[in-house]
Amino acid sequence: MAQELFSPSTLIFSAALLAAVSGVPLLFPRLLSAARAQLLSVAAMLAASCAGLAGAIATLISREVSLFELAWGVPFGPARFGVDPLTAWFLLPIFLIPGCAALYARSYWHADHYPANVRKMTLFFGLMTASMGGVVLARDGISFLYCWEIMALSAYFLVSTEDEKPEVNEAGTLYMMTTHTGTLGLFALFPLLHLLTGSWLFPAPASLNASSGLSAAVFLTALFAFGLKAGIMPLHIWLPSAHANAPSHVSAAMSGVILKVGVYGLIRTLSFFHGIPLWWGCVVLALGVVSGVVGVAFAIGQHDLKRLLAYHSIENIGIIFMGVGVALIGQIVGSATMMVLGMSGALLHVLNHAIFKALLFLGAGSVIHATGTREIDLMGGVARRLPYTSLLFGVGAVAICGLPPLNGFVSELFIYLGFFRAVQAEGGAAAAATLAAPALALIGGLAVACFVKVFGIVFLGAPRSEAHVARHESGWQMLLPMLLLGGLCVAIGLAPGVVAGLLEQTSLTVLPKLAGTGLPMRELVPLTMISIAGGLLLVMIALLTLWYRRRLAGAPCSETVTWGCGYQRPAVRMQYSASSFAEMLVSLFAFVLKPHSHRPDNIAGLFPGRSRFTSHVPEAVLELLYIPALLRLYHRSSGIRKLQSGILQQYVLYTLVTLIVLLCASYF
Amino acid sequence: MTNSIIHIFLALVMPPLLLGVIGKTKALFAGRVGAPFLQPYYDILRLLHKGTVFSTTTSWVFRAGPIVALATTAVAALLIPFGAHPAPISFTGDMILYAYLFALGRFFTMAAALDTGSSFEGMGSAREATYSCLAEPTLFFALITLSRLSGSYTLSGMLVNINFSVWMHTSAALLLLVGGMFIVLLAENCRIPFDDPNTHLELTMIHEVMVLDHSGPAFAIIQYAAALKLFVLGAFFVHLALPYSTGNALLDWGLFIISMLELAVVIGVVESVMARLRLIRVPQLLVAATILAAFSTLLVIR
Repeated sequence: MAQELFSPSTLIFSAALLAAVSGVPLLFPRLLSAARAQLLSVAAMLAASCAGLAGAIATLISREVSLFELAWGVPFGPARFGVDPLTAWFLLPIFLIPGCAALYARSYWHADHYPANVRKMTLFFGLMTASMGGVVLARDGISFLYCWEIMALSAYFLVSTEDEKPEVNEAGTLYMMTTHTGTLGLFALFPLLHLLTGSWLFPAPASLNASSGLSAAVFLTALFAFGLKAGIMPLHIWLPSAHANAPSHVSAAMSGVILKVGVYGLIRTLSFFHGIPLWWGCVVLALGVVSGVVGVAFAIGQHDLKRLLAYHSIENIGIIFMGVGVALIGQIVGSATMMVLGMSGALLHVLNHAIFKALLFLGAGSVIHATGTREIDLMGGVARRLPYTSLLFGVGAVAICGLPPLNGFVSELFIYLGFFRAVQAEGGAAAAATLAAPALALIGGLAVACFVKVFGIVFLGAPRSEAHVARHESGWQMLLPMLLLGGLCVAIGLAPGVVAGLLEQTSLTVLPKLAGTGLPMRELVPLTMISIAGGLLLVMIALLTLWYRRRLAGAPCSETVTWGCGYQRPAVRMQYSASSFAEMLVSLFAFVLKPHSHRPDNIAGLFPGRSRFTSHVPEAVLELLYIPALLRLYHRSSGIRKLQSGILQQYVLYTLVTLIVLLCASYF
Repeated sequence: MTNSIIHIFLALVMPPLLLGVIGKTKALFAGRVGAPFLQPYYDILRLLHKGTVFSTTTSWVFRAGPIVALATTAVAALLIPFGAHPAPISFTGDMILYAYLFALGRFFTMAAALDTGSSFEGMGSAREATYSCLAEPTLFFALITLSRLSGSYTLSGMLVNINFSVWMHTSAALLLLVGGMFIVLLAENCRIPFDDPNTHLELTMIHEVMVLDHSGPAFAIIQYAAALKLFVLGAFFVHLALPYSTGNALLDWGLFIISMLELAVVIGVVESVMARLRLIRVPQLLVAATILAAFSTLLVIR
């Protein structure tokens, strides 16, 4: 009995239930003060996180596959949930990040400071965590949709936590519209699958033939619906404003985890098929390349710290798609190594991106808390007041650029090796994959440029504005989650062998064809050498640091102002700003970014008057593509809009009439 | 083992000599006697014994910049084969570590520059960020071409594989690669026509302007790291352009040293006969290098 109680799946399900009810204590203001109730709900979330992580890791080790049935009286039959290594792998970020974010919120969104919305925020945060878990646990289309909708709606309430601000409201509405467009796609996806299999239950891995037209329709709808949630270019339009306007710990959970649920959906759908045609792989790879390059190019042009991070999520989703694309192409050209490398690279990047992006969003939250602004160009010199935050943000920045010796490097290395394996293969498929390697290199270079900009302008130099000088370091409740995430970045980077074993099992679930090939990951990826090289690098840095300190102690050392090339009165406003740092790159990418700038025109004569310069990189895809198209649709469709009266009773009538019509139609 | 020791010894000792040879070549072209070959060593030693002036604006990042730059370049030096001898450390995928180590060094050098709060150094790091992004794909096209030619996934396997007969069979692809990689070599090491390591006109510089505020031992580290970077990237290029080997271990080391000196002379000649490019022309030249390398990839994978 005791064994049953602590079986991995029991742990996972109870963790999800506990997370779902974690916000309940705040609903009884008469019984408990808000601050105490918040403490209780944080404790519940932490317990849920620990239990869920333990269950997920145990599943990954034991490789257990189980299926549960919940017989209930709703239409479409019983709900089925199950646990397998793929689910367990996605449960890692789903339980890790919200647990960290909940502890962070205890200080960042304290009940005493935000009495108006802390109840709503806490309740929906728990619900969102639980429903994300539900989505990856669901094993039939209908339960999947239930969980998906709860997730989407609770995320809406979280994005619009501060719904008294107009820009927050606007971001929330945009998110709501796009997420429902995605849900509409899912409404099409599951009936299509039902047509293929005759059941709402998810088919077994590799049980469907991918060559039929219906399969292609399933692939395209899945790509649309899940791509919209994952934020793949050009379906990313909701993402920048939603991530920027949500509270930072919510952005961490959304960017770190919700996007990954979209990736999960796509990988799960792809796992149903065998005999995948070449164009599926090429489409996924091409979308990945476009998202990666364009996402990071947009990021470089941003001035808003959180918007910038949001665009980096698009870039990283692109990298994940590139990995999935390599795996698919490997399946087509019959290269087991490409399949293993691409899929495990993509899956590892899912976890890695969740870790470092959550770290960066939490770090950004601390900075915003301390400076009172999201504008990068108003910050500067934050590192002096927030030494720990700056160090941890630096770790996240190095990790997201994919630089050694941190975790981002490991997953990108997997994907690169997949590309290099493709080089040896014959045929156009392999050629397409090899051209993606330089694209990934370009993404890496641009990411370095962007994070040098963020780190340099925000944390280094001198404060750029009196009003937004950083005031204080954050408390331990904010620092501890960041320390944990930063530690994980280092740990996975230095000891990738530990996660690789868990990863191998997960890729086998997705690609059952591999089971017979017996390709151990250790032979494909130099896991030990990554550890050795990383360790060597750190030892060398440590030795040089010791030597340099001794040198400094032995020679005279003095301090003065920065060398201004002879200019006597330097001012903080003369520092390079985020816009000036990015100017060259933005103008190189002007053909997609469409930057606006207002240049001063009255600079003439010896004593020109006051003038101003502004530059801005808009969300070009939304503003130049979608909005004009939607406006045209709006004007064209004015006739139909008469149906939309705004009277609820009338809508209920519509539903009834539709049902009766459908009922009649089914008789003929 | 002996080869590894010679490798490490050469990587430690030889890099500043290349700068000395470049300087001497340029002096000969200008009709001057020029500084002695060993001048860069004297400069570095002298700087090591000097005191340091720190800007009050700076933090730990400023101090970490030179150290990380040197450490990453030193690890990269262990990954690249010198001449016909394989590198001391070689494993599947080391070429990606090689490329990304330079990126890590660059990250900290640029961040250290921004740490001073000087607009000149901001300019330098913005330029470095832009140009290095454009140089990165060229290196990866080259790696793909080499991997395809050799069937190997390690730098040693790819580079040592190139010999006279490979050149004969794929001369078009390798010629394009030599062109592309030479441009990248000059750009990554901030040589003319991209940057002038000798000028002190801050407005037009890239690398030198990023390190304006460093002094004393830190500046010595920077000088040495820059020389080492030229040496390490040069060793990569020498494999492509001068793929001789004799089969005798000792002769091969001699051949490698001579090839590196030849490379230094060529760089010196280029610096003597060319002027710096206008900054807006730099991206165009870098994109041209990428296209050359992309063509070579297409030639070998077609």
